[in-house]
Amino acid sequence: MTTRIEDRFAKLKNEGRPALVTFVMGGDPDHQTSLDIVKALPGAGADIIELGMPFSDPMADGPSIQKAGLRALQAGASLKKTLDIVRSFRDDDAQTPLILMGYFNPIYIYGVDAFVRDALDAGVDGLIVVDLPPEMDEELCLPALKAGLNFIRLATPTTDDKRLPAVLKNTSGFVYYVSITGITGAAAPDAGKVAAAVTRIKGHTSLPVCVGFGVRTAEQAEEIGKGADGVVVGSAIVSAIEASLVNGHAGETTVSDVLRIVGELSKGVSAARLAKA
Amino acid sequence: MNQPLTPNSFRAGPDEDGRFGIFGGRFVAETLMPLILDLQEAWETARKDPEFERELDGLNATYTGRPSPLYFAERLTEKLGGAKIYFKRDELNHTGSHKINNCLGQILLARKMGKTRIIAETGAGQHGVATATVCARFGLPCVVYMGATDVERQAPNVFRMKLLGAEVKPVTAGHGTLKDAMNEALRDWVTNVDSTYYLIGTAAGPHPYPELVREFQSVIGKEAKEQMLAAEGRLPDMLVAAVGGGSNAIGLFHPFLDDKDVSIVGVEAGGKGLDGEEHCASLTAGSPGVLHGNRTYLLQTGDGQIKEGHSISAGLDYPGIGPEHSWLKETGRVDYVPIMDDEALSAFQLLTRTEGIIPALEPAHALAEVVKRAPQMDKDQIILMNLCGRGDKDVFTAAKHLGVDL
Repeated sequence: MTTRIEDRFAKLKNEGRPALVTFVMGGDPDHQTSLDIVKALPGAGADIIELGMPFSDPMADGPSIQKAGLRALQAGASLKKTLDIVRSFRDDDAQTPLILMGYFNPIYIYGVDAFVRDALDAGVDGLIVVDLPPEMDEELCLPALKAGLNFIRLATPTTDDKRLPAVLKNTSGFVYYVSITGITGAAAPDAGKVAAAVTRIKGHTSLPVCVGFGVRTAEQAEEIGKGADGVVVGSAIVSAIEASLVNGHAGETTVSDVLRIVGELSKGVSAARLAKA
Repeated sequence: MNQPLTPNSFRAGPDEDGRFGIFGGRFVAETLMPLILDLQEAWETARKDPEFERELDGLNATYTGRPSPLYFAERLTEKLGGAKIYFKRDELNHTGSHKINNCLGQILLARKMGKTRIIAETGAGQHGVATATVCARFGLPCVVYMGATDVERQAPNVFRMKLLGAEVKPVTAGHGTLKDAMNEALRDWVTNVDSTYYLIGTAAGPHPYPELVREFQSVIGKEAKEQMLAAEGRLPDMLVAAVGGGSNAIGLFHPFLDDKDVSIVGVEAGGKGLDGEEHCASLTAGSPGVLHGNRTYLLQTGDGQIKEGHSISAGLDYPGIGPEHSWLKETGRVDYVPIMDDEALSAFQLLTRTEGIIPALEPAHALAEVVKRAPQMDKDQIILMNLCGRGDKDVFTAAKHLGVDL
């Protein structure tokens, strides 16, 4: 049986374009609005959804995503409620891959076995856990893989050829290439360097390679998308949520603002196909 | 029950993956992982290098003023009427606390690694000042991350750091406290991996930090052991030290861990009491979790969100603890107890009046526990306490709590 992630990349390969991977924080700015956004993302052009698991101490994230996590927590978000969002999303959408992204502690406190079971049951396809490098595979990666969840690893500019095989060893679904040394939403990546890095990684694996951290605009998505199997956008979307808030709460345009920016990014990755052809 | 087995030695950890039992480890982003491995290699080389040892010993002696004296607190002993009380006087060190021991060791390591920029986090500012000091000594640029709330509370230390040439960056992210400063330092590090060395202030963080900080601080316990043998011809019956992140405590404790007849007590900040939210007793009131690169006891919610700590002493104001302490708690080798703000404040005044020593509020917590225990012990028994910092920095806080307007 193939996984949703494999099916999606096969479909995109036929279309000859890279994936648009969109990140939003679970429960930002509140549970219901977050659910409305997640449900509407595929229609606006998102090919894969990354849903953030809010954490009080997101040490690899820039200000936009830090604030999104705090907003969600203040609105009562929890790991259990993030899984509820996934479950509701799956009621209407059986095809779009959904990946949970975050930090290990909330999962550790939830209990690794219970989390893996509940995540699968809710319809989660894969996990990205920032603070679990390959050296820590026994904590979550191996139990998750065994249960049938994809474990998507981050490769970075500091991951050299010597280290790359260790990073790729238990990676599945796709490889997430972090385009800069830095935090989410920081400096814009150099498309040329990114393409070279993607080529280097592809020399070690047959998995698709998606690129993220620092991609904000449709133009960047197009540029980066020419050299990759997917483009991840997070901070730009999350910033749009922040800008739409009225007195700290969801405004009338919150959902539509997010969908508009996702629509623009989607045009960017589609343009990457035209450029490729 | 699920009690861990008593190991043959309490001094053998960590294992090669940086674990003390289930605690410790390397829970960091991939970007930092190659750097952590480089650091480990540099550390393994340095610790076996006689030249490195010679250089560090020289600086400890002529720059810090080591060995710090072992002092018999005669009047305090008389007043409490029980065990003999000795202080290891690391408050007499250059910069006023034990923090300098670690900073000198790490900056030599940073130089060996060819790093050209130093970053650090600080709470009360003691580690920030010590880091700024060694950076001035070696001519390296220094950036100190400090929670915005602490920048306001600790203005004199902020000015000291600036005098020493450091750039102090107030952190407003999160709630603007020590843990947020540590997050921000990690974010800087991940952005400037090639040039930058992260000089962590306590025996916590990803492996090998807990081990190397412990080794640099163990100079405290090694000296104390020799000095005690010279003074009394035997080892003390009890060691007492304050634990925030736990570096002064592990520095005193580690050389004694396999001396079975020495009982060991770590003192946490009980703040305004463990029933409420305003304390920092991660070992007595927290649970194991993963933060800042290691698994250890943390103050956290049922959803794994990290809570803010509270203590009258900004140096104990951290919701975690070094992983080796978590292991020493679980194995039962060390007894960890909380001391409340008001008990620490009383001990602070007591020492000032009876011995003419103004202690920092951190060791004042340890002293408050000594005040409880000494009278229960025989007069021929000995307590050795780590007086790890001096109280100049705390006079304003103390005045405020005592209702005095300066």
